[in-house]
Amino acid sequence: MSVGTRAAPATPVAATAVSSRRPGRARLLARGLPVVPAVVLLLLFLAGPIVYCAYIAFTDLQLTGQAHSSFVGFDNFRAAFKDEAFLNAVWLTLVFTVLSSLVGQNTLGLTLAALMQRASKPVRTLVGGIVITAWVLPEVVAGFLLYAFFRREGTLNAILDWLHLPTQNWLFTLPILAVSFANVWRGTAFSMLVYSAALNEIPKEITEAAEVDGAGGWRRMWHITLPMIRRSIGTNLMLNTLQTLSVFGLIWVMTRGGPGNRSQTLPLFMYEQAFQKSMIGYGTAVALLLLVVGALFSVVYMRLLRTEV
Amino acid sequence: MALLTGTGLRSRRAGRRLAADAGLLFVAAAFVLPLAWVVLSSLDAHADLRVRVPDGLTLDNFDAVLKPDITFTPLLNSLVLCGGGTALTVVCAALAAYPLSRFRSRLNRPFLLTILFATCLPITAIMVPVYALFVRVNLIDTVQGTVFFFAASQLPFAIWLMKNFMDGVPKELEEAAWTDGASSLQSLVRIVLPLMGPGVAVVTVFSFVMMWGNFFVPFMLLLTPDQMPASVSINDFFGNRGTVVYGQLAAFSVIYSTPVILLYVLVARRLGGGFALGGAVKG
Repeated sequence: MSVGTRAAPATPVAATAVSSRRPGRARLLARGLPVVPAVVLLLLFLAGPIVYCAYIAFTDLQLTGQAHSSFVGFDNFRAAFKDEAFLNAVWLTLVFTVLSSLVGQNTLGLTLAALMQRASKPVRTLVGGIVITAWVLPEVVAGFLLYAFFRREGTLNAILDWLHLPTQNWLFTLPILAVSFANVWRGTAFSMLVYSAALNEIPKEITEAAEVDGAGGWRRMWHITLPMIRRSIGTNLMLNTLQTLSVFGLIWVMTRGGPGNRSQTLPLFMYEQAFQKSMIGYGTAVALLLLVVGALFSVVYMRLLRTEV
Repeated sequence: MALLTGTGLRSRRAGRRLAADAGLLFVAAAFVLPLAWVVLSSLDAHADLRVRVPDGLTLDNFDAVLKPDITFTPLLNSLVLCGGGTALTVVCAALAAYPLSRFRSRLNRPFLLTILFATCLPITAIMVPVYALFVRVNLIDTVQGTVFFFAASQLPFAIWLMKNFMDGVPKELEEAAWTDGASSLQSLVRIVLPLMGPGVAVVTVFSFVMMWGNFFVPFMLLLTPDQMPASVSINDFFGNRGTVVYGQLAAFSVIYSTPVILLYVLVARRLGGGFALGGAVKG
């Protein structure tokens, strides 16, 4: 990081000498005041909606033609777990997350980072630039590019045709696979950056010593590199998963959750229930479940970072 | 013997470099195809969905979309929304990070843990209740409501990042200013922020890029077509305008994506290859 290392803490004597000139209450105010705008924004526009979410998930609130809503307890949740469309969305979310985040982004990101350690500089710069561009592109643009790529008349089929391999209408036959690939295309750069940073921190002497001792590439990866970067692996998996859980625009642009509901993950299911079917209460119950899953992941992530706060 | 092992290792390394280069180039080829499609199609008068080199390069597609209602208004809307959201985020994050980084308090740790927790929450999930709430308090379809929500959703990460950068600025200079009678706000604005310029730039650019590309938030919170940012108005190329003119869609995508790519390059240069953000995110 270019900002340099953390400065040594000031001596306690100097700190008290400066701060003791202010009386306690005024000091508290002076120190607390700067935090106020941020806290107000966060309470009103983030904590507020979350609390409201937890409330309307237990009501039968609808979008139109209803004077007031009433409290229905766990009905929305009971209904959800009996609803085949909901269970389908849970299953597809699982498939999407495992395929694109756990397997795709994570493995490809690590592979790219590991190859970059050995590659020549121009190749490294070129490949890094391309992968990062895919990451920086706006979500909707990425969606269009991959839509064009997977369409029947698109690039993928053109290549398969050229190789004399069977072509098909990917967005119709394997929609969840297509959107998973799209998410890998878009999200791999993040893992690549995290793993490149982690691999750069491994002292060269250790891998060189193992190399001289005759350990091959795979064994060095498995027994030395992976154990040394396991914390980065943990945090990266966590962040990738959370990111993937909330993907909406990419899938919306490519398939709208279709055909039928064969690529309808939870965020798209939530949107459909709340707006196309006007059942805000039910849609919010689904949103709350998504939030709870996210919160569980957050807690695990914080445990991984425990020492650093 | 030692010499022999040395040359053996070296030639093995050269071989490995070649293999690594080949592997990387293969992956890059797969990654570059969709990008090549958008660039080539934007310059092709007869663009379809397939990557191919145009017969002749033309700027007609750009001419066709560079009109107020197609390009300029949505981009201006994006600029207002994301500029406003980013300004609010950066100011609030800088103010909030200052006491967290400078003073010791029993509240710091719980506050930072809450912020870190909020960083990870899937914002997509709360868009339905946010919509319901905005309808109730009459903020739906307003630019300021969307700006506020953008800022709030980006704030946890911005505060976290800002505090980490601020911790890197030595405290001694400020203490001199304090003894000279400067207030905390003065020392923040005059001393700390200028010293952490690259850090502020990273937070600013990162927030802006995240908002610029965000589709779901304006899609939910804005209703009037005239207020839509580019991330939503790009949908108009499908459906509303009849058959899709892929060349124009590609040209618009290029125009809409260029600012964020340039901004990213700007910041990545300054921070040595963009790996800094990866490091910062790591903790």
